Amino acid sequence: MPVVHVASIVPISVTVGANRIVPAVAIPHPLGNPALPERDERELRLRLVEKGLRALQTDVEQQTVFDG
Amino acid sequence: MVRGRYRVVHYLNQFFAQIGGEEKAGIPPQVKKGAVGPGIPLQQALGDEGEIVATVVCGDNYFGENIEAAAEAVVDLVAPHRPDVFVAGPAFNAGRYGIACGAACTAVMKRLGVPVVTAMYEENPGVELYRKEVFMIPAPRSVQGMRETIPKLAGFVRKLGLGQPIGLPQVDGYLPRGVRVHAFVERTGAQRAVDMLLAKLKGEAFQTEYPMPTFERIPPSPAIKELSAATIALVTTGGIVPRGNPDRIEAASASKFAAYSIAGTDDLTADAYQTCHGGYDPVYANEDPDRVLPLDAARALEKGGIIGRLHGEYYVTVGNATSVANAQRFGKAIGERLLAAGVDGVILTST
Repeated sequence: MPVVHVASIVPISVTVGANRIVPAVAIPHPLGNPALPERDERELRLRLVEKGLRALQTDVEQQTVFDG
Repeated sequence: MVRGRYRVVHYLNQFFAQIGGEEKAGIPPQVKKGAVGPGIPLQQALGDEGEIVATVVCGDNYFGENIEAAAEAVVDLVAPHRPDVFVAGPAFNAGRYGIACGAACTAVMKRLGVPVVTAMYEENPGVELYRKEVFMIPAPRSVQGMRETIPKLAGFVRKLGLGQPIGLPQVDGYLPRGVRVHAFVERTGAQRAVDMLLAKLKGEAFQTEYPMPTFERIPPSPAIKELSAATIALVTTGGIVPRGNPDRIEAASASKFAAYSIAGTDDLTADAYQTCHGGYDPVYANEDPDRVLPLDAARALEKGGIIGRLHGEYYVTVGNATSVANAQRFGKAIGERLLAAGVDGVILTST
C-alpha cells in the first residue's frame, strides 16, 4: 500500500523516511493558498492531489521527491 | 581518614551463578556469599579497593514472570549487605537476563539510593527499557565477550565505589541515558557550530552536541496499477478534527490518533471542522480545513472517476513534538487498519 507524503517541509519528510514525497505550499496551509481567489485555490489543491496520485502510480526504488 | 573497602553486591542469573540452565530458570531470588562466576574475575579486577560481599541470584523465568515482585525481593536480599555499589550482569544479548539486570538495578537504586551499573549488548531489550535510569556498559553479543567486558565494568564499579564523578557517556564508556547536563563552556554555540561545519567540510572528525534520532527505513511499496479502481485514504498529521475536538487529541506531543467518517461529506467547512494542532497558525486551516486535509479535491477526483473510491473515514493526529515512538505506533496501527479495510493507497498530508 503506497503512501505519498504531501509535506510542507521536505527535508523533514526525507529525514523521517517517506518514500514518495510531494512538496506542499506552506506550513499553515499545505494544500491551499489564502492569497488566491477561491476558484484558483481549489484548482491549486486539485493539482497537488493529482500530483500525489501520480506519485502513488509511480514505482520508486528509493526516496523520491516529486517536485516536477 | 583511612577509607575501608567499598562494598559491592553482584546480581547474576541462575546460569552464571552456576546453579543450572533452563531447568533452574524458575528459582526465586536467593543469596550466595561473596563472588560467584563472573564475580570472580570482577573481584580480581577490583583488587583490594572493593569487595564483592554477596551475590544475589534469581532464575530468568522467575524474574521475567514476576518482574516487579522479583525486583522487590532482590532489593530485600541486597539491603542487609549495605552495598556501596550494586552491579548486575553482564547480560550480553540474553533478553530475560538483561531485563532482570535493568529492573534489579532500577529497584536497588530507587529503594536503597545505591549507585548501580550493569552491562549488556546494545540491542538487548533491557537497554530500551532501563537505559534512561541505569548506567549500562556496552557488551558484545555473547559470553565470549566476558574477558573484554569485565575490566570495563570493573572500572565503572570502582568509580562508583570511590564516589568519583561520572563524566559523559563517551568518556566513561556507558550507553547514553539521554540526560542533559548544564555546563559552562568557553566558546558560544555559534562558534562551536561553525567549528563543526568547518571540520565537516574538511572531512575531519567532529562530535555533534545533539545527535538526531535514527529513523527506520521502509522499502517503498509498489505503485498502484489501476487508479480508477483503487481505494484511496486521506491521513493527516495536521490536526483536522470535527469541531470541538471530540477525542481531545493533544495540541502537542500527541498520545493518540483518531478516525472520522467522511461518508456523504464533500467539503470540510469551518462550521464543522477545525484544527487542534498547536504548532502552526490555525487561522487558514480553521477558515478552510481542506487546506490541510484536501477532501474537496479528493471527492472531485472520485466523482470524476479518476480514483475508484475515497475511503469512508480519514485518520488524523497532531505532528507537533510528537515522540518518534508514538508516531511509529500510530503509523503502524493506521496502516494495519487501512490495509484491513482494503485501501490501495494513502495521501498523507503534513503541515
